[in-house]
Amino acid sequence: MTMSFTEFMQHLANGISLGSLYALIAIGYTMVYGILRLINFAHGDIFMLGAYLTYYAIVFTSIPWYIAFILAAVITGIIGFLLERIAYRPLRDAQRITVLISAIGASFFLQNFATVVFGGRPKAFPIPQLLNKIVNLGGVSINIVTFIIPAITIGLLIGLNYIINKTKTGMAMRALSKDYDTARLMGIDVNRIISITFFIGSFLAAVGGIMWGIKYPQLMPLMGSMPGVKCFIAAVIGGIGNIGGAVLGGFILGLGEILLVALLPGLTGYRDAFAFILLIIILLAKPTGLLGEKVTEKV
Amino acid sequence: MLKIENLHINYGGINAVRGINLTIEDNKIVTLIGANGAGKSSTLRAIMGLVKKAQGSIKYNNEDITNLSTVEIVKKGIVLVPEGRHVFPNLTVEENLILGAYTIDNREEVEKNMKEVYNIFPRLKERHWQKAGTLSGGEQQMLAVGRALMVKPKVLMMDEPSLGLAPILVKEIFDIIKRINEQGNTILLVEQNAKKALEIADYGYVLETGELKLKGTGKELLNDSRVQEAYLGESRNKAQ
Ligand SMILES: Nc1ncnc2c1ncn2[C@@H]1O[C@H](COP(=O)(O)OP(=O)(O)OP(=O)(O)O)[C@@H](O)[C@H]1O
Ligand SMILES: [Mg+2]
Repeated sequence: MTMSFTEFMQHLANGISLGSLYALIAIGYTMVYGILRLINFAHGDIFMLGAYLTYYAIVFTSIPWYIAFILAAVITGIIGFLLERIAYRPLRDAQRITVLISAIGASFFLQNFATVVFGGRPKAFPIPQLLNKIVNLGGVSINIVTFIIPAITIGLLIGLNYIINKTKTGMAMRALSKDYDTARLMGIDVNRIISITFFIGSFLAAVGGIMWGIKYPQLMPLMGSMPGVKCFIAAVIGGIGNIGGAVLGGFILGLGEILLVALLPGLTGYRDAFAFILLIIILLAKPTGLLGEKVTEKV
Repeated sequence: MLKIENLHINYGGINAVRGINLTIEDNKIVTLIGANGAGKSSTLRAIMGLVKKAQGSIKYNNEDITNLSTVEIVKKGIVLVPEGRHVFPNLTVEENLILGAYTIDNREEVEKNMKEVYNIFPRLKERHWQKAGTLSGGEQQMLAVGRALMVKPKVLMMDEPSLGLAPILVKEIFDIIKRINEQGNTILLVEQNAKKALEIADYGYVLETGELKLKGTGKELLNDSRVQEAYLGESRNKAQ
């Protein structure tokens, strides 16, 4: 059961990298919830689409991998935008439960669509050579992806933070999360802001999906389910609706999961249960999540 | 000129507003007074396209704006300061003002307008970094008005701007309304404080359970015994 320092550092790096992935996906849940009070059940499947689109862009075209990454993320963003247009917008004035059922339906649709179109058999994600190197840092040998993932995540978080806090669109998003009618009175086009929100959330999920593919290079149509649920939990743990909370929740979950398996190998089988147990404990202690405030019901 | 014709508003089975006609001439202060639940806020919200109109038409400078979206109406220069302030509590004072100018893309214009708003409400400038939710009620009201001024509205509609303010602030708000009007803005003012509203109004309408009961110049209404009795509480004072 004892572990060397280098081993511990390895696990720590892995935890941070998994945590970054969770954070990226959790942001999409929290942004959509913040504005629409909707749990976008199809978000995990958007993540899956991001990974598959990258696969096809790399395997079936000759564009460089980095262009393929960006292209796939942008297209996934557009799919997220379309998802809202088709599955949620027509129900804007419907009861919340109706929209929730539509979200579950959208999730099933995307999973089955992927099974039919991409095939049920796992596909091997084509990892670019450049990203598949083992480096040795003071006796710790680690795949450089483990560092690239958090680095890209931090870059994206800085960009997102800028959009949310410094741009008019970001201010409109924050305003919408409080008061639709008054936002309209400012001349804010509510539908446009919602579309942008879905694009950003889906774009980030796709980046998560791509990096997931590099880390765990096996693509399956249902690969989005478990990460989807876990990242939703991460968003709730952090305080749903709060972007910083989603990031925090993602890191707690990722680190916790890896360290649990590393320190208590006997509990490896409970790896997925860890997220749920943590969720229950945190919600019992703080029902609004770690950074959440009381969510006001919108009229 | 803003012209409301035969406006009807229904909420479910309730007919909250039943066929009212209002004319708001340019550069005038027009007030709409009436008891709680008379339909004043509903009327303003219907003009802004926030509430569905069951019947009727709204024309602005002879253009039919009945079915325009709220965004398009704001772009025409018609702006509402909603009842109960409704500042965005999670945004700073400055961000609230920036959102007030959401429809203006020119940065310098936004900065210029913000300067003017800060001139009218120096208090807001002092507190520009503060989250609007932590402002006092009076400060929030100033912010709500200042935010509406950020687009230099042609028609400024205000729903009970003096609600919940201390008398000194009430006076200040009414002075500011007059000043804004003198700068060439048309104002449609909804008030519980009927006396103060009629004193500064060029024209007034009295709304009673969804129907217009009286209209006239501010002065005429102030001197009307029915208005005095119902809204100015004068006859009761005399009787005592
Ligand atoms: N969203 C709504 N749903 C159902 N009924 C409503 C709604 N909004 C207003 N009403 C009803 O319509 C009527 C008019 O309301 P409105 O808010 O326009 O009155 P008001 O004149 O502004 O009153 P106050 O002076 O109290 O603000 C009231 O009877 C009110 O209960
Ligand atoms: Mg009202």
